[in-house]
Amino acid sequence: MSATEPLSNAWQNWYRFSRNPTAVVGAAIVLLCVLAAILAPWITPFPEHAGSFVDFRNRHQPPSLEHWFGTDNVGRDNFTRVIFGLRVSLTLAFVVLIVAVPFGTLMGLLAGYFGGWTEIVIMRLTDIALAIPPLVMALAVAAVAAPSLTNAMLAIAVLWWTWHTRLIFSITRQIRSQEYIEAAETLGASKAHILFREILPNCVSAIAVKTSLDAGFVILIGASLSFLGLGIQPPTPDLGTMVAAGAEYLPDFWWESMLPAGAILFVALGFNLLGDGLRDMFDVEDVR
Amino acid sequence: MSLLSVENLRVSFTTYGRRTEVLRGVSLSIPEGAQRALVGESGSGKSVTMKAIMGLLPMPPARIEGGRILFEGRDLLTLPERDRIALRGTAMSMVFQDPMSSLNPVWTVGDQLRTILKYADRRLGRDRSSRGRQARVLEVLAQVRMREPERVAASFPIMLSGGMRQRVLIAMALLSQPRLLIADEPGTALDVITQAQILKLLQDLVTEQKLALLMITHNLGVVRQTASYTYLMNQGRIVEEGETQSLFEAPREQYTRDLIAAVPRLTGGAR
Repeated sequence: MSATEPLSNAWQNWYRFSRNPTAVVGAAIVLLCVLAAILAPWITPFPEHAGSFVDFRNRHQPPSLEHWFGTDNVGRDNFTRVIFGLRVSLTLAFVVLIVAVPFGTLMGLLAGYFGGWTEIVIMRLTDIALAIPPLVMALAVAAVAAPSLTNAMLAIAVLWWTWHTRLIFSITRQIRSQEYIEAAETLGASKAHILFREILPNCVSAIAVKTSLDAGFVILIGASLSFLGLGIQPPTPDLGTMVAAGAEYLPDFWWESMLPAGAILFVALGFNLLGDGLRDMFDVEDVR
Repeated sequence: MSLLSVENLRVSFTTYGRRTEVLRGVSLSIPEGAQRALVGESGSGKSVTMKAIMGLLPMPPARIEGGRILFEGRDLLTLPERDRIALRGTAMSMVFQDPMSSLNPVWTVGDQLRTILKYADRRLGRDRSSRGRQARVLEVLAQVRMREPERVAASFPIMLSGGMRQRVLIAMALLSQPRLLIADEPGTALDVITQAQILKLLQDLVTEQKLALLMITHNLGVVRQTASYTYLMNQGRIVEEGETQSLFEAPREQYTRDLIAAVPRLTGGAR
């Protein structure tokens, strides 16, 4: 490519991303966790240990070459169960965000663009929702209905969209007053065109950053719920449940709780680094 | 017959329950292919006049209290909204003022021009292939003296200089061959040299394409350069009108004299 030829936009974005260590490390961690979770049955050493497997002769084994993360109180391989546990955490984050982000974004666009009663109704709803901590909401739902992964996801998603609504609302308010929106209106562009083709693309970077940071938080909330016994039920391996079960054997068999806890930290950290990195990357774009 | 004539237009705004008359009987007319300037200080009502002509006044709080806006003999104020929208950006279009905020930063210049053309075609019931649209976009970019139209079309607004962006805005207004062009202080955000080039370009385009031009500005220098006939506005009224030359050389009204005296000069020192 000669020096005068304009660089493609995709290349510029990739270049900025690859020069940002935070973003790259975060993306690598997230990618590693997602791949491990998807390929869990094939890459783990003892896939059968993911269920209700029992081997009392091997209980409470410390970390070794055979059992990287040691074994638990019924002799199951902890490494295998941590990898399978990632599946639950990531599914939770994925489902919550795939419901909450598009819905919250749409609500934010509508409230920000139309204003008036639309804004009053939507934004007061978010005020109410933001007053309830997601963990408390999930506890309440688990108390009324049965404690399960589906209910936990539902409870979190019902509250989570409001964060995105607030974010998109403020961006939309700002962009609505730009002259190019006025120009589009003048030329008789449809409301859908203005919302989704003019305003939404301006929100993409904010949505990407927020979503990535959110994934970390949702995973933490999910882990807290299952730590309290309100998430997915045993014998399905779950990081929060493992921490709770292993905590009974502290400090002697520390690996049973500390290593799953480390895995939670690892994946949440990955998403947070990725989010921060994306934010740095997009900030450059504003200055350019 | 005039292409556009505004007759005794009166507009009021109601805010906090109080009604304020903003335009108190404005009349002006622009013949086919003629250039007119509308000058006035901030708050004199020139932008409201422009928005009323384009149909961009937010109602409420604005209200048309009376008068007519005739475009090619049809009263825009009684026209159904559909027909009104069909005129905008086609028969009458405007050059936006701020080259920074008038282009969407997330789409290339070509994307935006093509989209606008698509909408204009749709409103006029015209059928044009996407290749035909691209050709028209490149043609218009060449008309506004872009040396490399393809490259400009592929650029994001952020990659262009202020002057180029202003030219893109002019190209935008020219896309569907309007008969009336309303320019709202074009180039005020630019340095004087670039602004002069933009005004020269507008002049050339207007003569080439036989457009009628209404130049809205507070800059008297711009007026002398672009319009042969000038309307001077203050407090919602046309205070004085006339041939630009005689208006400046022999002003009849005290307000006009004050305004001309207020222009800073490079020679003569402080007074």
